[in-house]
Amino acid sequence: MEKSMPRKGMGLDVLTLAVVLIVLSVLGLLWSAGTQDPLLQVHTWIMTGAFVLGLVALAMKGFAGLDNDQSRYNEGIIKAGVIATLFWGIVGFLVGVIIAFQLAFPALNIEGIGWLNFGRLRPIHTSAVIFAFGGNALMVTSFYVVQRTNRARLAGGIWPWFVFWGYQLFILLAASGYIMGVTQSKEYAEPEWYVDIWLTVVWVSYLLVFLGTLMKRKQAHIYVANWFYLSFIVTVAMLHIVNNLSMPVTLYGIKSYSAFSGVQDALTQWWYGHNAVGFFLTAGFLGIMYYFVPKRAERPVYSYRLSIIHFWALIFTYIWAGPHHLHYTALPEWTQTLGMVFSVVLWMPSWGGMINGLMTLSGAWDKLRTDPVMRMMVVSVAFYGMSTFEGPVMAIRSVNSLSHYTDWTVGHVHSGTLGWVGFVSFGAIYCLVPWIWKRKRLYSNDMVEWHFWIATIGIVFYITSMWVSGIMQGLMWRAYNSFGFLEYSFVETVEAMHPYYIIRATGGLLFLIGALIMAYNIWRTIRGDVRKVEPLPEAEPLAAAIPAE
Amino acid sequence: MLEKHQVLEKNSILLTIGILIVVAIGGLVEIAPLFYIENTIEKVKGMRPYTPLEQFGRNVYTREGCYLCHSQMIRPLRDEVERYGHYSLAAESMYDHPFQWGSKRTGPDLARVGGKYSDEWHREHMKNPQGIVPESVMPTYAFLSDNMLDDKLVADHLKALRIVGVPYTDEQIAAAKSDLVTQLDEFADDYDGFVARYPNAAVRDFDGDPEHATEMDALIAYLQMLGTLVDFDQYEALADENLR
Repeated sequence: MEKSMPRKGMGLDVLTLAVVLIVLSVLGLLWSAGTQDPLLQVHTWIMTGAFVLGLVALAMKGFAGLDNDQSRYNEGIIKAGVIATLFWGIVGFLVGVIIAFQLAFPALNIEGIGWLNFGRLRPIHTSAVIFAFGGNALMVTSFYVVQRTNRARLAGGIWPWFVFWGYQLFILLAASGYIMGVTQSKEYAEPEWYVDIWLTVVWVSYLLVFLGTLMKRKQAHIYVANWFYLSFIVTVAMLHIVNNLSMPVTLYGIKSYSAFSGVQDALTQWWYGHNAVGFFLTAGFLGIMYYFVPKRAERPVYSYRLSIIHFWALIFTYIWAGPHHLHYTALPEWTQTLGMVFSVVLWMPSWGGMINGLMTLSGAWDKLRTDPVMRMMVVSVAFYGMSTFEGPVMAIRSVNSLSHYTDWTVGHVHSGTLGWVGFVSFGAIYCLVPWIWKRKRLYSNDMVEWHFWIATIGIVFYITSMWVSGIMQGLMWRAYNSFGFLEYSFVETVEAMHPYYIIRATGGLLFLIGALIMAYNIWRTIRGDVRKVEPLPEAEPLAAAIPAE
Repeated sequence: MLEKHQVLEKNSILLTIGILIVVAIGGLVEIAPLFYIENTIEKVKGMRPYTPLEQFGRNVYTREGCYLCHSQMIRPLRDEVERYGHYSLAAESMYDHPFQWGSKRTGPDLARVGGKYSDEWHREHMKNPQGIVPESVMPTYAFLSDNMLDDKLVADHLKALRIVGVPYTDEQIAAAKSDLVTQLDEFADDYDGFVARYPNAAVRDFDGDPEHATEMDALIAYLQMLGTLVDFDQYEALADENLR
């Protein structure tokens, strides 16, 4: 293989990025000098430091020596993305396990300044798994898929790296902010105004890189996985900008007040919140499914027609479903009803996608037995089907009156996130690593088996314990004794949940252990090792021809 | 249909515009009307903006992530109304930027916790929840008593809230800084002025430490007023305009 050509002179992309970083560094310094808010000071230092580091990195690469060979794919960013995904995944799962144990054993909330209390750690868990783990998984796979399916190098030269590192900076600012108490307290949208502005800049750059790559494609058609990625990027931009509109108290302080209040703020938030599920955790990951499942199975997507219907029906319907988070609240009833109806309708496009993914395996079902990576992705699609059936059921108002405010919701979310988002991302990474590092196969397929089974048992522990504790608590709240009085005080329901909280935390721990096994396996694969007890030839699903039937 | 769809599949800009239109519709139909349909928020007597101390307490509440375990939204269900009190009205959170309805009750709903317990109960409970309720899984918040309130930007907080729609008067903004501490002292010079500006606001030392204005003062002041403002004697739940 020939070496890629270093380019001559400084490209426009490098020049613009250098100018942008210089301007940002100066602004960061001025901002840091002007503020008296100690928390903002920490953040301005982090930001300025990151901008200066970016400049140093550019300079060390010699400004001109950066690879931008248009005849080759940008694979460096895929490698970085895989590592970032794994790293943040483990951080996010670990924090999840910690807060799960805090709920079972409150003494684990360390006394003192409160920085490690449940209330501050919980947003770290949710943001780390959704935005850091999920976001990096989406970014890395979208960068891989958009290049391969369009046979074009990522657009923008150096700018994809700005998107990557800019996004890591966003994660760092968000997480450090939560610990210090910098939050606007809207679930899954906790970062304060200046972090939101930074994410907007990064996200628009992401959209431009993605669109730019689509535009220089060498294929007439845009492949279906890219539609899903594109809808995810566009819609998340819309949701993020609208839901985070706010008024800072001062430009030199962290605090801002949401532009909306009360009932309008509630629906804007759940329009955002539900579609963080719909577009971040669903549409984007369906993009992964539409590329990696057919690729791994070496079968075409089951139905092209179904993918068109599925795509448009899903993105149209999802947006309406937000009000089911606000059943029986002070939100006007017409809005609740509309949200409920569309949530039930949503079942259909969701299962359309599931069927399209599962049926892609027709003719290759034997791979479920022989290829643990394939099995992981198929089980993820099955979890997707399960939680997209449970969701519409819980969105029905009478069911919701029982499930709302309880652990049933938490269990439901985790069957989707651990089962669907987690497994499909793991599957994609298990595929990507040998492809991108040019290895014949993973270090160990047995370890994938171990990962799969340990994590699956963990998920089962998690969701069953949450079903029991959620439904139990909901029923205890509404139980009456024979005299017509409420049967239980609130704290009796808390006490009753204790054993289930321990089971849940154990389930989460198993899921984390699975991810650690994966990290080890991936690390050895990257090093080029092959586990001795598993000789190469028999386990080489990638290189195998289409299996003889 | 498949042939027509090829137009979108072959043009990334058209595809992007198509996506944007399709995903914008739901939000426009559901959210936009809430801003102009008049009976979205009930007409009630008694609602007023938060006092500076209450607002600061609210900021402590949001900072510590209390909303992750406590809702502030009582649903019109028999058991909830009996457990917590009158179901919550939209009007009761009309000055809440952001709203704190919550989504999970690991602890009980707090929409009407105001006046249910004494200041001392809250204080002790915040310092050691398990000391008061042994089965509780709440973290401790003793450090709030050590955190002094920072009064430098009180007026700016109220101004920012006014920009997003809270009807603070010029007088309230001018007096914001002194109102923050006036609410902690029944014998303060401006007691009458404060009570006139914020009807029904409780004025007393909340954290048992009259020497200092702490975050504990602010948080308890906020908790003690939650759900107490609306005059339910004058609210007709079954009046046409309140059936939404």
